[in-house]
This record gives sequence, C-alpha cells and structure tokens, in this order.
Amino acid sequence: MLQSFLQNILNALQWGSFYSLIALGYCLVYGVLLLINFAHGDIFMVGAYIAFYCCMFLLGKFGVFAGLPGWMVLAVAIPLTMILTAVVGVTLERIAYRPLRRKGVNRLYVVITALMCGLILENGNLALLGASRKSFPTLVPIKVFEVFGVTVTNIKLMVIGVAILSFLLLHFIVTRTKIGMAMRAISYDRFAVPLMGIPADTVIVFTFVLGSGFAGLAGLFFAMTYPVIDPYMGALIGWKAFIAAVVGGIGSIAGAFAGGFLLGFVEIMVVAFFPSTYRDLIAFSILLLILSIRPTGLFGVARRTKI
Amino acid sequence: MLLSVQNLRVKYGNIEALHGISFHVNRGEIVTLIGANGAGKTTTLLSIMRLPPPEAPKVVEGDILYEGQSILGWETHDVVRKLHMDLSPEGRRIFGNLTVMENLVLATYARKDGEEAIARDLDRVLSLFPRMSERRKQRSESLSGGEQQMLAVGRAIMTGCDFILLDEPSMGLAPLLMYEMFRTLKKLNELGLTILLIEQNAKVALNFAHRGYVLDTGEIKTSGTAEELKRDPEVKKAYLGG
Repeated sequence: MLQSFLQNILNALQWGSFYSLIALGYCLVYGVLLLINFAHGDIFMVGAYIAFYCCMFLLGKFGVFAGLPGWMVLAVAIPLTMILTAVVGVTLERIAYRPLRRKGVNRLYVVITALMCGLILENGNLALLGASRKSFPTLVPIKVFEVFGVTVTNIKLMVIGVAILSFLLLHFIVTRTKIGMAMRAISYDRFAVPLMGIPADTVIVFTFVLGSGFAGLAGLFFAMTYPVIDPYMGALIGWKAFIAAVVGGIGSIAGAFAGGFLLGFVEIMVVAFFPSTYRDLIAFSILLLILSIRPTGLFGVARRTKI
Repeated sequence: MLLSVQNLRVKYGNIEALHGISFHVNRGEIVTLIGANGAGKTTTLLSIMRLPPPEAPKVVEGDILYEGQSILGWETHDVVRKLHMDLSPEGRRIFGNLTVMENLVLATYARKDGEEAIARDLDRVLSLFPRMSERRKQRSESLSGGEQQMLAVGRAIMTGCDFILLDEPSMGLAPLLMYEMFRTLKKLNELGLTILLIEQNAKVALNFAHRGYVLDTGEIKTSGTAEELKRDPEVKKAYLGG
C-alpha cells in the first residue's frame, strides 16, 4: 500500500512536471501582457518537433555527419531546442501580437488571435509534415532503479530534476534581476515602465523567450518520456496546463508550479483509485472547487489600489 | 533653451485638447503650468514625454524641441535614457507589487553613468525622503498616499534625470508634507535639477517656481515671472481666490 502510494507520488511528480513547465509560459505571458496566450500549448508541440529534428540531426540520421553519442545529443539538444522554440514564440509575438498591441485594440481580439495562432501552428505542422506520428529516438538507454519496491527510471528523475531547476532559475530571474523586476512592474502598470527608461517591448520579448524556451524544454522531455509525437499533442495538455496556471494563481511563478504539480497529483491519484475514465471529470471538479473558494488561485493576490 | 514647445496642437481621437500652445523651459529653471481641471496640463506633459496611445494624445501640429532638436519621433524610453528627462505622473503610478527599494532600483535600469552615480542618487533620495529608507523592504502599495507620492518623485530622480516633469506632486499630501516636498525639490533645483511643474494649487506653484504659464481650455492665457503672475488681477481672481 505504502509502496504503491510512493510509486504514485513519483509518477505524479513527473506528470506534474510537464504541466508546470507549460503552465509557467501561460503564467509569464499573462503576468506581463494580461494576455492568455492560447497558442502556448501548440508552442509546446512545436518544441517537441524541434527537439525531434534536432535529435535526429545530431544522431546523424540525416547523413550530414556521423552522429554523436546519445547523451551528448541530449546535452546539445536541450539548449538548441529551447533557443529554436523561443524563436518561434518571439516570432508569434512579433507578427501576431505586437501589431495589435501597437494599435491599442481590446484584449479580446488578442486572445482570439492567440487561438488562431495555435490552430495555424497545428495545421501548419499537419500540412507540412503530414498526420503520421513520429517516434522519438531513444537518446539515453532507460535505466530502472528499484528502491524499497518503488521503481523509478532515470528519465523520470531527469524530468523532475529539470522541472525543479527550471523553477529555481525562473524564481531567481523574476525576483532578483532587473529584467525580472521589469516583468513584474509591467504586469502592475504598463504605462509607467517606459518612464523608467525601459523599452516595454524588450521586456515582452524576454518574457516570450522564457515562456517558449521552457515549453520547448517540456516538449523535449515529454517526447523522451512518451516517444510518439503528433501535431495535436499540445492541444489538450496545453488547456490543462492553462487551467493549472489559473488554479495556482496566474501571474505567479510559484503558482504555476504549484498548480501544475497539483493537477499532476490529482490526475494520478484519481486513476489510482477510480476507473481511468473518471480522471478528467474528477480532476477538474476538484480544480473548480478550489477556484470557487479562492478565485485568485492558490498563490494569486487580488490587486489593491490606493486612491 | 532646454525645452521648447511650439504651437502644439494635440487630439484624443476627434477631440482637440490643446489648441496650439507654446512655451519654453531654460536649463536650471523651475517653470509651472497652472490651470483648472481639464485645461490640458497633464496632456501637455504626456505629449512631451512621447507616451504612446491610448494613454497619450496624438500631436497633429506643432513641435517639441529639446535643445533645438525635434523629439516628436522619439519613444518614451529613449526620452528618459538619452535626454535624462523624466515624468512623475499623475496618480503616482508606482509599482505597487514591488518593494520600495525595488521601485528605486528598477528606475536605474537604463542608466549608463556607473554604480557610483547611482549610489550617490540613492543616498540623496533616501536622505531627502527618510520614510523611504525606513520602509525600503515594504511592498510599495502598503505605503500611505503621501509616501507613494514621495516614492514617485524619488523614482524619477533615480532614473538619473536632470529635468523632471511633475504632475501634481502635492496631490494627496498633507500640507506639512507638501511644504517639505517642495523644500526638497527646491534643494534639488539648486543642485541643478530643471523642473516643469503642473499644479492646481496656483498659490503653492507660484511661490515655488521662477516662471509660469496659465493654461485655460487648451490655450495659454498669460505668462510671466512668478511675481508678475501673482500680481496679475486676472490670475488673482481666477486662481488665487481674489
């Protein structure tokens, strides 16, 4: 009983790691622009594809060069995937969101644009690469450890470790650096930020770099864990991560991670005790309950203003 | 002439807010724009700072010159970091989710004049506003209105500006604090800070400034030295309460 409980906790941590890494992208962009970037789930999907092509290339599958050993491929693929996925995110910002922002249009139109961007990414991928699924190459041989009857793979440990490191890094950036302060400042009052001599667009681009970069990282590790990728893989997980971000308290990094892990736990625990078809029903009922008690989410703070 | 506004006409959508106003500010001066609500005072400052729409109006005619060079095509952040001008805006607009210290540090974001100058300005701000020093670790939205106003001015100084535009800095301040604030600003002016002040309280403004302009429904009605304006019967009647 205890063993299966511990096993479930480990699984939940891994599953929650993916939600967390995606949720933080929603959270950062929302925090800075008050924009729900509905294309973010699809940026995660694009990240997985970028990871796929990076890895195939580095493994020498395209015949350009002889190929590197698996662990070295992983070491190179991590930064490469993050950078390229960040480029995709920033491109969306430049061609889709920024022109609307410049015109000062209502946020609703920007959100609709984000939805369309997501659909364009999905269907663009479908048109370009076809509907067939791709199987992700094995980079590091899976090792299974057994401790007190609980099994854990090296990939699972890696995923959890990556999520925790990402949280610490982002927390540091947002709380300790000037650009992080600027990100928080912009979320509070966009008008006053240029008066500090700070170009608002620089801060916004940086936010998209972080959000998309970590979505790419999630895509890479997701594909390593569940080695089949398809153009629609980002849709549902993206929605769920968004909900996780809201439950955690959108706009707070700690909230995004807490929400992501919470959703991971709830889903895994539901499956452990109920038929798996109940999973989403029960999971979202619980989240709904949390939101109705704390509408600002677990870590969210209602904004106060002084007249 | 440090700043020269020439025949400035600006519109919010279809509504014209300034009907061609002209004035100037020399280096080292304290100049005030006085006028009633809706006269176009804030609009003037927002136009000078080149704030983007929807916050700021569109300039349809005229020019804004900084040392003889037009800044109409400039962006706000460049006005701040290259011309060393800054605005302490109406409503203070401090970053309430940041601590007092973070607000001050963030203002140094674009400064290129080195740690020493920044440390000197920080010292100056903290000694001018001792309350800031006591509350540096507090979330700034927990400050009282008057303290927030001081933070807004302190933050503008931390950008390293030598020309500050103040939009109703006395708003929400108790009289004693208000006088303290103006004394402080006077000291800063003696140290070389140029000030363009907007005030509804014409009496306070004219006691503080060297020169002034009276703005009425988007037009400059009169101008002169502070002493002249104080004696002007029209100004007396309309703004100084007889």
